[in-house]
Amino acid sequence: MRGLRKLATAVVAAFAVAPISVLAQEPAAVKIGVITFLSGPAASPFGVPARNAAELVTELLNAGKAPAPYATKGFGGAQIQTVIIDEAGSSTTQVTEYRNLVQRHNVDVVIGYVSSGNCIAVAPVAEELKKLTNFFDCGTPRIFEDASYKYVFRTSPTATMDSVGAALYVKDAKPKMKSIAGLNQNYAWGQDSWGDFEASMKQLLPAVEVKTSQMPKLFAGQYNAEISTLLGAKADVIHSSFYDGDLEALLLQAAPRGLFKKSTGILTAGETAMWKLAAQIPDGTVLGARGPFGPYAPKSELNTWYDKEFRDRYQVPPTYPSYQMTQAILGVKLAWEKAQAANGGKRPSTEQVAAALENLTFEGPGGTVKMAIGKGHQAIMETVYGMSKVVGGKMTVTNIKRYPAEKVNPPEGVKSADWIKGGFKN
Amino acid sequence: MEQILTVIVDGIIYSAWLFVAAIGLTLIYGVMKIVNLTHGSFYALGAYAAASFTGAWIARGYPPMLSYVVLLASAVIITLVFAPLIERGILRFMYAKDEVVILLITYALFLILEDVIKLIWGVDPYFIAEPYALLGSFEFGEMTYPTYNLILVGIAVISGAGLTLLLRGTRVGKLLRTVIHDPEVSRAMGINVDRYYLVTFTFGSMLAAVGGAFTAPTVSVVPGIGVEIIVLSFAVIVIGGMGSLPGAALGAVIVGLVRSAAIHYAPAVELFVIYFVMALVLAFRPRGLFSLAEPRKI
Amino acid sequence: MKGDRTLLILGIVLLALVLAGPVLPQWAMFLATIAIAKGLVALGLLLQLRAGLVSFGQALYYCIGAYTAGTLGRYFGISDMLLQMICGAAVAAFIAFILGFLLARYRGIFYGLLSLALSMILYGLLVKSEALGSTDGINILPSTVFGVRPDQASVRYVVLVAGCAVAFLATLLVNRYLTTPLGQLAAAIKDNEIRVEYMGASVREAIHVKYVIAAALSGIGGALAATTVGHIDPDMAYWTTSGEFLFITILAGTGSVVAPFLGAAIFGIIHTVAYDLSPNTWQMTLGIALLLVIVFLPEGLWSLFNRRKAA
Repeated sequence: MRGLRKLATAVVAAFAVAPISVLAQEPAAVKIGVITFLSGPAASPFGVPARNAAELVTELLNAGKAPAPYATKGFGGAQIQTVIIDEAGSSTTQVTEYRNLVQRHNVDVVIGYVSSGNCIAVAPVAEELKKLTNFFDCGTPRIFEDASYKYVFRTSPTATMDSVGAALYVKDAKPKMKSIAGLNQNYAWGQDSWGDFEASMKQLLPAVEVKTSQMPKLFAGQYNAEISTLLGAKADVIHSSFYDGDLEALLLQAAPRGLFKKSTGILTAGETAMWKLAAQIPDGTVLGARGPFGPYAPKSELNTWYDKEFRDRYQVPPTYPSYQMTQAILGVKLAWEKAQAANGGKRPSTEQVAAALENLTFEGPGGTVKMAIGKGHQAIMETVYGMSKVVGGKMTVTNIKRYPAEKVNPPEGVKSADWIKGGFKN
Repeated sequence: MEQILTVIVDGIIYSAWLFVAAIGLTLIYGVMKIVNLTHGSFYALGAYAAASFTGAWIARGYPPMLSYVVLLASAVIITLVFAPLIERGILRFMYAKDEVVILLITYALFLILEDVIKLIWGVDPYFIAEPYALLGSFEFGEMTYPTYNLILVGIAVISGAGLTLLLRGTRVGKLLRTVIHDPEVSRAMGINVDRYYLVTFTFGSMLAAVGGAFTAPTVSVVPGIGVEIIVLSFAVIVIGGMGSLPGAALGAVIVGLVRSAAIHYAPAVELFVIYFVMALVLAFRPRGLFSLAEPRKI
Repeated sequence: MKGDRTLLILGIVLLALVLAGPVLPQWAMFLATIAIAKGLVALGLLLQLRAGLVSFGQALYYCIGAYTAGTLGRYFGISDMLLQMICGAAVAAFIAFILGFLLARYRGIFYGLLSLALSMILYGLLVKSEALGSTDGINILPSTVFGVRPDQASVRYVVLVAGCAVAFLATLLVNRYLTTPLGQLAAAIKDNEIRVEYMGASVREAIHVKYVIAAALSGIGGALAATTVGHIDPDMAYWTTSGEFLFITILAGTGSVVAPFLGAAIFGIIHTVAYDLSPNTWQMTLGIALLLVIVFLPEGLWSLFNRRKAA
């Protein structure tokens, strides 16, 4: 019994020692908790590119090397420190780690989360703990449609935009098409992506027929039977929201069977595989990057700088998770500095930064980000799609179409599903 | 009719993959009576090793037709590096323990190996498209299938037949069957059971690695590909009967065909059809379809 | 009596938690409550383990308890924490009663895998159910206790106290059960079923009862976890969740009804520390830590305390 008591006391004591911040002449550092996938299959397409972007950007910002309006060092002069946590594990684990980040590490801001399930679980906890939290990637529109938050933000558009934009592009590119089929992963992301795409197509081309909707398990890896079914279905367009590993497996298995030659494929997250698997993607496949990222980023000084720095450091071009993480950090920085200026140059409080971030419009390497819906907490951006074309062995995109933000995102106060069913009324 | 043929062909291809993935597991359980969760790790190791070695082979311009040999060799090499280490280094001391504790040990090892793989190969996906594309495709009815899938079927048949031949026809096989029936009596008879355990563990893990290696050209090798294999393999051998080779084959075929049918006719249920089949089979045949007769000890 | 001593220890530890609560940091209270919830599930596993049955699908009832609590709050407006836990236990026990007729026929690895299959079927059904949020899950509305909704500052403490109280009561009842003839049959069943049958006791009945009790405990644990985390999703029925519970049980050892809670606490700490110290290799850290415990403490952590007592 004594042993147990001793053990318990020691453990509690070990954890109770809170980090003591050293008072110095320069402003105290700003601690950002960064949460993203560092293990498992989601690490390579999302987590690691996002983490790389976070490390690169905070380093450059701390040195004051970013172009205007981000030229101030760190956040308003205060150096940025990052605490990086793996997003792997159940939502229970993630909620635990979020609480640890906020209450043990005492971070000032939390930026993270790729998985919609985690975003949904963490949002109320962020409100409870009153900590500014910015979701940089997760796709579900439910967060700001089902509830209102004061401390929670998302500086990336929702996945609704991908599906609506896909439907618009398909209609523009193949107005005479008659049938569609789907191949999406059987979990919320895949179900929502297909659901929104199907509903959008029904609005734009009511006569279109749905041949089949295949929903294999997430990370299944073996799609021969699904490919056979799709080949048999002979749909004009095949929609898929597969990404990275699954997408690569699909492309590898589909190429010798000519699936995407016989039907036009629209891969809403195609950017994650387009460079490496150029040889397996037939010309004319529609590729998406979940927004104006990567090959679709509009030319700007910011983007040129960002692209060059990223390639110099990591030898690969930045993909959309990197863009999203970067604009998440830049958005918070701008809001922080705005709040600091309004506060007479003193370090702003969380509430002041949150108020400044609300309804903010700012520029990221992917273009304009408007925090326009979700009562000013949810971003909208334009979306872009294009068709693949292999030129001289290298992958390029042609027939690029851009769709303005208001056309592919629901207006304030309207749920995505309702907006689509109502015919995209603004 | 057309569609039924497609369902069957797709089913057989998937079954072959399942069989190759599961056969090592049933062997290890049959002989050593341990539930080996590192099975998934060896599958992943085989896939990664194959991707690395074969990728290097092709990049250096060596004859691509030999890449199939390289796939096999990678699986063998990587297993010979890790399996004896695990068996001699850790498992050997644990056989006396409760079978649940051994299961937990293999789970701990699985976790460790996941990160070892990550440390060696990183998190980026690897893929080697050449072996898959090299053999071209063939037409069957209206469908085009990659010829490579026939290799997987071939490997399944060879390993199944080979193992059965080994167990029934050779002296080593007969001794192994003795160990399966009763390790204590075998030891008393002078059979070096420890060595058989080492050989079985290595060979069973090698089969898993071969499964991974030959799957590698068809997928993108990412962290975590070993995880689902564990549950799938277990489902297959439970349906077929633990420790039974024909059972594993039958289990694989049943699961493959049912899944293929589900995908073609009722895609919505594909997610849990394998567990449903497992529950159904167990409800009527509690010990699986081909279970080894075990005398009840009073 | 040995049983009374262990219960006394548990009572004292829980009381200490309750008293220390107001001064403990919030994250510690959170971890403690989660440990209690998982400990309850592990207690259910312990019951089955003592009879030689390993369940790979205990997460089934954990998930049922959690979803019962969640849907009660969301769709029926019942937000009382204790009521949610009771309902969670009841629904889990009911389903276990029915499934028990099937499961009580199996032993060994088949028991394990059949329980796994059932748990994965629930997972599949939940993922398909868009009404229940599919893999995104749903958030639980804040709970009330006896009609009063605790405010932000005290909610952690209130949930902790409720958890401690329920855990103590449950453990008390389980301990009593283990002293009854049916309860003591566990070791006999593990040893030799045929002898038990010859003695005149019904093995199947005993296993069925244990299965139902274990399910009820897991249901309570699930409901408590749901309230604490505030979120439920199908992952709670996935086999890796069951694996975690099994891990906790084996880690702690089956020596005492108090052991699962200790195991859950230690596991929670190791898990968090691993994430903190080595975010890139936390799996390896976890694996090594667990391997060390298994190698050096084969009877589980509880054997540390047992040894002292025996002397």
